[in-house]
Amino acid sequence: MDIRQIKSEEITAAVKKLFLSCNYFIGEDIMCALENARRQEQSEVGKSVLAQIIENDKIAAAEEIPLCQDTGMAILFVEYGDRVVVEGKSFEDAVNEGVRQAYSDGYLRKSVVSDPVFDRTNTKDNTPAVIHTRIVSGNTIRITAGGKGFGSENMSAIKMVTPSYGVEGVKQFILDTVRNAGPNPCPPIVVGVGIGGTFERAAQLAKKATFRPIDTCHPDERYASLEKELLEKINKMGFGPAGLGGSTTAIGVNIETAPTHIAGMPVAVNICCHAARHASTEI
Amino acid sequence: MTKKITLPITDSDIRNLKAGDSVLLSGSIITGRDAAHKRLFELIQQGKELPVKLKGEIIYYVGPAPAKPGYAVGPAGPTSSYRMDKYAPALLDLGLKGMIGKGARNKAVIDSIVKNGCVYFAAIGGAAALIAKSIKSEELLCYEDLGTEAVRRYTVEDFPCIVAIDCQGNNVYETEPKKYCRE
Repeated sequence: MDIRQIKSEEITAAVKKLFLSCNYFIGEDIMCALENARRQEQSEVGKSVLAQIIENDKIAAAEEIPLCQDTGMAILFVEYGDRVVVEGKSFEDAVNEGVRQAYSDGYLRKSVVSDPVFDRTNTKDNTPAVIHTRIVSGNTIRITAGGKGFGSENMSAIKMVTPSYGVEGVKQFILDTVRNAGPNPCPPIVVGVGIGGTFERAAQLAKKATFRPIDTCHPDERYASLEKELLEKINKMGFGPAGLGGSTTAIGVNIETAPTHIAGMPVAVNICCHAARHASTEI
Repeated sequence: MTKKITLPITDSDIRNLKAGDSVLLSGSIITGRDAAHKRLFELIQQGKELPVKLKGEIIYYVGPAPAKPGYAVGPAGPTSSYRMDKYAPALLDLGLKGMIGKGARNKAVIDSIVKNGCVYFAAIGGAAALIAKSIKSEELLCYEDLGTEAVRRYTVEDFPCIVAIDCQGNNVYETEPKKYCRE
């Protein structure tokens, strides 16, 4: 396969488009789940909240405005073909320029501060983005991007569960994390779970899981059935839409897994609000 | 039944509000979230004068997105209220009558709501584009350097929210999920 040259402007334009699109247009998987939830919700208040969320998402799409004011931190999962050479800016600079343009030109909120503790000054362009890159074989760049709000991000947790606790230990930690989050992360939520790898790999998998469409399941039947069981258990907690009580606390549980160490079974739970925003493209 | 309230809210309005009531607010509210609360709280601790009057006001925990041309405000849904719990009692002691946000509050805030005869409203998290339709205009009050976190005055018309914690301390986040809990 020949080396392919891609202009950095092309990457910038693609990234800009992804962030505008995911912030204005909710995915069909989410809209469909919200519609189903509205039909099945047991609480009248819950039904009304779901109707308002659906109306909100339709307004945002029709008027091309952000569906939530928290347009999030910019996160990208990149599969970078090893036959690609970027011309012009570096790949990372090209991505950040795309984020800058989307958040500035697209009326998205700038929510990033330059230093976490001592100098919480807004960077005013929502950069830097969080970029997870994998080098893969090929001559294309595949990007899945999303804006992650922090109301739900703050409710996320990781635990280094150990093997003797088994699947029950995994379930308990996931359910405890969702229960502790309660009404705060803008339910109905999408629960992204990463199991395995190392401390940081589990967290990254959990994030990746929130970016997976919620009408898909884990390819391994055992995990697919765990996803289903957890979703049912979470919806028995009673928090409901907006945490005001009801039978729809979550609309999806997505699990991603990876090989891990003989001594470990890390579990990360990344909670995402109903505004689960992501979009993909290939350059 | 939905209750319509014209602001400024009165003590009698507050006494008539019960946790779970749907409410439409019309009039003027102020905005503020994490960074503005931190500054106001520090001034209160130092005994200094605040750049914004809190007495009789309702504060909305919001950091809006920028307004597209032709819009009064950008999408403006509530942010999680618990992050303001550390600061809220000090503000209620100065006469703030209500808060609008989303999610649970701690015991100190609930006690302060009861003590001061205040109310905590919940708006629907993530319904920012819809909620913005009820915000008719905005005016900067202070802390412009905080960008989206600056303190602003909003003029609202039929702003939709729910009484989450009433002046007697009844709390929908405690009572309602229990009714649907099947664990």
